[in-house]
Amino acid sequence: MKHATFEKGVVEMGHGAGGRDMADLIRHLFVTAFDNPDLTGEEDQAILSFPAGRMAISTDAFVVSPMFFPGGDIGALAVNGTVNDVAMGGADPVALSASFILEEGLPLADLARVVGSMAQAARTAGVHIVTGDTKVVERGKGDGIFITTTGFGQVREGVSLSARNGRPGDVVLVSGTLGDHGVAVMGRREGFDFDTNIVSDCAALNGLAGALLDAVPQTRLMRDPTRGGLAAVLNEIAEASRVGIAIREDALPIRPGVAGACEILGLDPLYVANEGKLVAVVPPEQAEIALAALRAHPLGREAAIIGELRADPDHFVEMETAFGGRRMVDWIAGEQLPRIC
Amino acid sequence: MKYVDEFRAPDLARALAAQIAAEAQPDREFRLMEFCGGHTHAIFRYGVKDLLPANVRMIHGPGCPVCVLPITRLDMAIALARRPGVILCSYGDMLRVPGSRRQSLLKARAEGADIRMVGSTMDAIRLAEENPEREVVFFAIGFETTTPPTAVAVKAAEAKGLTNFSVFCNHVLTPAAITNILEAPEIRQMEAVEIDGFLGPAHVSVVIGSQPYDYFAEEFAKPVVIAGFEPIDVMQSILMLVRQINEGRAEVENQYTRAVTHTGNAAAKALVAEVFELRRSFEWRGLGRVPYSALRLRDRFAAFDAERRFEMAPGRAVENKACDCPKILRGAAVPTDCKLFGKQCTPQTPLGSCMVSDEGACAAYYKYGRRRAAPNRMEAAE
Repeated sequence: MKHATFEKGVVEMGHGAGGRDMADLIRHLFVTAFDNPDLTGEEDQAILSFPAGRMAISTDAFVVSPMFFPGGDIGALAVNGTVNDVAMGGADPVALSASFILEEGLPLADLARVVGSMAQAARTAGVHIVTGDTKVVERGKGDGIFITTTGFGQVREGVSLSARNGRPGDVVLVSGTLGDHGVAVMGRREGFDFDTNIVSDCAALNGLAGALLDAVPQTRLMRDPTRGGLAAVLNEIAEASRVGIAIREDALPIRPGVAGACEILGLDPLYVANEGKLVAVVPPEQAEIALAALRAHPLGREAAIIGELRADPDHFVEMETAFGGRRMVDWIAGEQLPRIC
Repeated sequence: MKYVDEFRAPDLARALAAQIAAEAQPDREFRLMEFCGGHTHAIFRYGVKDLLPANVRMIHGPGCPVCVLPITRLDMAIALARRPGVILCSYGDMLRVPGSRRQSLLKARAEGADIRMVGSTMDAIRLAEENPEREVVFFAIGFETTTPPTAVAVKAAEAKGLTNFSVFCNHVLTPAAITNILEAPEIRQMEAVEIDGFLGPAHVSVVIGSQPYDYFAEEFAKPVVIAGFEPIDVMQSILMLVRQINEGRAEVENQYTRAVTHTGNAAAKALVAEVFELRRSFEWRGLGRVPYSALRLRDRFAAFDAERRFEMAPGRAVENKACDCPKILRGAAVPTDCKLFGKQCTPQTPLGSCMVSDEGACAAYYKYGRRRAAPNRMEAAE
């Protein structure tokens, strides 16, 4: 088999057994798609020259179901999610590793599509996928495909970001609309026949984060509000920085379609996952500069100032509701499940 | 969101707040019970309490379907789900409610039981059609709002000739519970916890209409205002209750006229009456046994009744003695009065019914209102 095609057929146990089938899969699918000088498919490791300075490393496993959803798929998510975790540390992502657990019976066409979108996402983010691994598990022991990626990035000089850095008076910004990813995925899950035109915001944030750091090197911290949504990130910041946070509901950018879907499903957009948004905390005198920098970037056009940090021994996150009252924004307990009535 | 934002408008809220403050006579208290968890949720989520004068007090009633389901019934569902060959279907927020011995449907699923979250009863019917070799059981809970869809599923299963579909019926009735609260010794004898008026259910009333509440207004001389679930609905209904109380009236008024009629949804009521009949008595978590407060499948549909099909035996579950939920549900205590609140009992580790869902009073206090529950140390710190 000179040119393995991946339009038909399924993943078989042999694709992970170390023999010819596996070599073909690696060479003709992964190496071809990820095409870069550091990835040859012949070595057990990638050897990179790395500039002096601080390195940021982050690893993440991706198990999203369904694997294809409006606006992305598990492949794009696996690249962007890890790129974003590295970028939130003030680092420019350089390289990724990718480890695949494939379930026997997965259509090869699906695998090729996922790998293709990983390659596309890596190109867009400007990172190389330099090493990887493939294992196959028996049918019924996986959910089609699981991907683990590890990202390496070089931390910018003079930048020191940490969830502990927030101080009372600092301003909280969000780079765009909340809840798009969670609603897009939820709408496609089994059990919900729910058609929306909402697409996932899945995107690499290193460009946007870089633009913010260029404009405001004094940025205290950045976080991407993925699982647990904005509420989880704000509570993490409040606890780590030992402050309270006050946000304003009418300042939160939320698409009408997302707000409507959340209304119907009984979800709160504050707790819904995002995959292409960042939360930044900056000193108050830099807030407008930060906002302008975010809005000047294509991924930050709908950025907004949503609140500020304040002294509070309880480290509560509170929201002034658009209605005129106040409420706490607590951690989510367990998974956010739709209400009954 | 069109047709939603109008009911959350801050300027309208301020105007209503000013009117309530002007009309709520300062020399007396207005103790108003919202029966429905949906109202409790709205009151906390939008911060409605901040807009009310101190002497207008909301008492959070038992109208949260997940909260009032007794542990014994949940235990029965978990045991059923563990039987080989069974697929148990349930609405989402039932899944993590803890039963006896720290069990829950989510835990049972993790341990191998086949438990599916469904968004509609027809999803359960579809599962039964797709899995003819399995027993598909729909774990039916909820008030009059969720009962008609269960009836639709039973009728659909009959029409399709499904022999592997059944319903574990736990549907309960709102009017019976309100009567129980008003007849409770705490309410009748203790002046301190008297309820001055009721915010009537929204979605439940869409089905049953405003008529069933006429009885309370008359029998117990309590005003009832049927209220929508949006915060402006709640504010306007509170104003209507304050006016009734001021004027010494005890009538049923309907604020939620855009959805509720006097007689309700005749088709839904007829369907429910065709499929279900009253149980003589049913246990409510927090209220105890309430006569004629729940439904079961009629004999004609016995084949679809999981309780008859599987000979399910109720277990014995014991509630924590220190739990104040029975008092809280009747307005005789507030969540922060309970020794367990926020300590042993939190949304992560709920011990009592009021903590198990966002619609329960304790969970809402914990999630949205702890600042108010705790001394306001924030201002002191600033």
